[in-house]
Amino acid sequence: MAAVIEAQGLTRHFGGLRAVDGVDFRLEQGEIHGLIGPNGAGKTTFVSLLSGRTTAQSGRILLNGEDITHLPAYTRVRRGIAYTFQITSVYPRLTVFDNIALAAQSRGAADLAPRVRAVLHRVGLDRDERTLAGALSYGHQRLLELGMGLALEPLVLILDEPTQGLAAGEIAGFSALIRSLVPKMTILLIEHNMDVVMELADRITVLAAGQVLAVGTSDEIRRNRAVQDAYLGVDHAVG
Amino acid sequence: MSFGPFLLLAVLEGTVMAAVLALTSVGLSLVFGVMRVVNVAHGEFYMLGAILAWFVTYYLPFPPALAWVAALIIAPLVVAAIAALADTFVLKRLNYAPEATIVATIGLLYMVQQAALTMYGPDARPVAAPFEWRIQLPWFGYSGYKLFVVGAAGVILAAVWLFMTRSTAGLVMRATQIDRDTAQCFGINVDRVYAGTFALGAALAAAAAVLIVPIQQAHYLMGHDPLLLSFIVVIIGGLGSIRGTLVAALVIGLSDGIISMFFSPTLAKIIATLLVALVLVFRPQGLFGARA
Amino acid sequence: MTERVKVWSVHLGVLALVFAAQYVLPPYHATNLARIMVLAVFAMGYNIAFGYTGLLSLGHALFFAAGFYGMGLPIGLLDWAPIPALILGLIAGGVLAGLVGVLALRTAGVSFMIVTLMFAQAGYLTLLYLNTWTGGDEGFVVDRAARVIAGHDLSLDGTRYVAAFGLFAAAMIACLWLVRSPFGRVMVAMRENEERSRMLGYNPFRIKLIALVLSGIYAGAAGAAYGLLFGYVGASFATIQYSILPMLYVLLGGAGTVLGPFLGAVLMFYLVDITSGYTDAYLFVVGAALVGLVLFAPRGILGNLRERFAPWLP
Repeated sequence: MAAVIEAQGLTRHFGGLRAVDGVDFRLEQGEIHGLIGPNGAGKTTFVSLLSGRTTAQSGRILLNGEDITHLPAYTRVRRGIAYTFQITSVYPRLTVFDNIALAAQSRGAADLAPRVRAVLHRVGLDRDERTLAGALSYGHQRLLELGMGLALEPLVLILDEPTQGLAAGEIAGFSALIRSLVPKMTILLIEHNMDVVMELADRITVLAAGQVLAVGTSDEIRRNRAVQDAYLGVDHAVG
Repeated sequence: MSFGPFLLLAVLEGTVMAAVLALTSVGLSLVFGVMRVVNVAHGEFYMLGAILAWFVTYYLPFPPALAWVAALIIAPLVVAAIAALADTFVLKRLNYAPEATIVATIGLLYMVQQAALTMYGPDARPVAAPFEWRIQLPWFGYSGYKLFVVGAAGVILAAVWLFMTRSTAGLVMRATQIDRDTAQCFGINVDRVYAGTFALGAALAAAAAVLIVPIQQAHYLMGHDPLLLSFIVVIIGGLGSIRGTLVAALVIGLSDGIISMFFSPTLAKIIATLLVALVLVFRPQGLFGARA
Repeated sequence: MTERVKVWSVHLGVLALVFAAQYVLPPYHATNLARIMVLAVFAMGYNIAFGYTGLLSLGHALFFAAGFYGMGLPIGLLDWAPIPALILGLIAGGVLAGLVGVLALRTAGVSFMIVTLMFAQAGYLTLLYLNTWTGGDEGFVVDRAARVIAGHDLSLDGTRYVAAFGLFAAAMIACLWLVRSPFGRVMVAMRENEERSRMLGYNPFRIKLIALVLSGIYAGAAGAAYGLLFGYVGASFATIQYSILPMLYVLLGGAGTVLGPFLGAVLMFYLVDITSGYTDAYLFVVGAALVGLVLFAPRGILGNLRERFAPWLP
């Protein structure tokens, strides 16, 4: 399978803290890839490097073979990398329609209204078109943010702890939605909710202290001793 | 006058200017350092100091020296009180939000300036110096009072420095500057510190004006140039850094004085204004300030 | 009624009323309104940068003055016709805004305010320094003979009003179209959440620069028109006061609304006009209005109206 994103030796320090320390990474086209690890492992920093929110101090990032290491964030978005924020970041004083429209516009202003409504339908926010985003419940704001990511029609959708704060029913709906996006899109998913990750992810990368601890399928990761010690504990271990 | 003595004269004039500028700028710098507030009305506090000095010396039946000393005490106190009121009733209510605060201080600028116009009138009026003393140098005579101004500014600045570094109040101010929230956790009444700082900044500007007013005259628009110049000093020296402010005041006061005497004052101001803009764009921390 | 119909009826209605006013108002007030309309164009430009894109500039007097002198100097020194001079003034405003923007947009917030203020101040001082050409603070009169467009003398009240109205109407309609366009949405997005906008693929520097240049074009057009219609060009219009006035009009009328700048201009102009009948210190009301607005009504009149009753108002 082709690698849609490839990272080689990515490094980012903050003063004395090695947030991301020489990470190699491969995201295969059409997969759902989970990124897990203890707090402070460098997961958000790592995806910030991929999306361009933070600049790498060394290393390379390739998108479909093209070197994007020195491209600014807004250009990477146009090339096909979409990022949804860990702490919901929508436009609270704009309507739901305008929020999605801003994302969709980025791809072109033609047929804007039908495209926006299609996305709203996909995430189930049809009836909230005219609602101000700030008036939505937290779960619906998360959905809105996901919708904005979809409206960008990206190659890669990076989701940073998307189920945090969602109720159980909302999580189920969310998982179904994610599964419907691949293999056309590729998903990189940071999560602390182990049930979600184990169920959705084709492969998982485990980060700890800025370095890759393990890469593999969900079964392999569950059985990995080092991962158990660092993060999972014995509850999720098999046998 | 040949070039050498002319240069000496320019340097002397520049030094006087630098001294007063340093005093005014330190006031502005303190306010920004502790409160993170850019006070555009700072020049009007300066102007009020001069106007009040005129009122005091005009109405008090004392000999010039005593009247002037009275002005030096009364004017900064009154201006400090006005500033404290402005902080409590306007700036605090805005929660010191940066852009809203600047707009509010612009409004205060107009209010103070026009109030002065109403009460003092549009004329420029002189204030008697506390003493007359002509120093005779080999090439030209020079006013001893001007040298006194430099000395007095130095004394006041030294007092401020001692206050900031040796007194408890100064320590409290510096603590609030470093971390406002932690200071609050330590029981420091941040609101009162802010009001006090704003008042102190205004008082320093007023004191500077009282020092300079026997040399210039008191006029309701006289706050405009000192405002621009102290902005320039504080930004180039680094917002919040007293040491940077002093060095920049010296450099800018001297160069402005010298350029003004050899070329035109307008050209000096154009250069200084553009310099500020470029420093903010390319080196926002100024010479001494830490990167925000 | 669809939203589109509502929006256009309100705005075209206001335009119709303003046009009709010239037949009803006595000459003093009609001339005032002509002046207000030109100043409103200036304020509309400021609103594009500040109200919609969130760029709090304190240097717009520079762009107004660019229009002033970009129009006045070619007519005075080179015998240009009024329309080309007006266009040059308009372009001068835009170009200067672009130059300032390229530097100033590398900063943000308070620094941006100070940088724009400093550039404007340097511009004013340069006008004073070059007073052999510019006439400095005294300025110069624009020859009446030169202020004739297609046989119509702009110094006549009626012609002047119609000319001011033409500019005002064009500016307002262009502004309305802009803020309802996709680009208008992006401008607001920059103001509301710049980081989010960046991660949606928008280049913040580019968007803000475009907004600032548009704002400068409006200011330049207003400056050029003001000089052309009232026959005088002077450096006093490049002072800080003329950077503060558009901000005040916008804040009062409602930042981020199309009609706000005009409303603010009308109210503030008459407030100052009435006050100056009583005292020389009329600028006091400018200061008091600023403090009052910032403390109690930062959204302005139409901003508050929109929030309570009319969310569809652009």
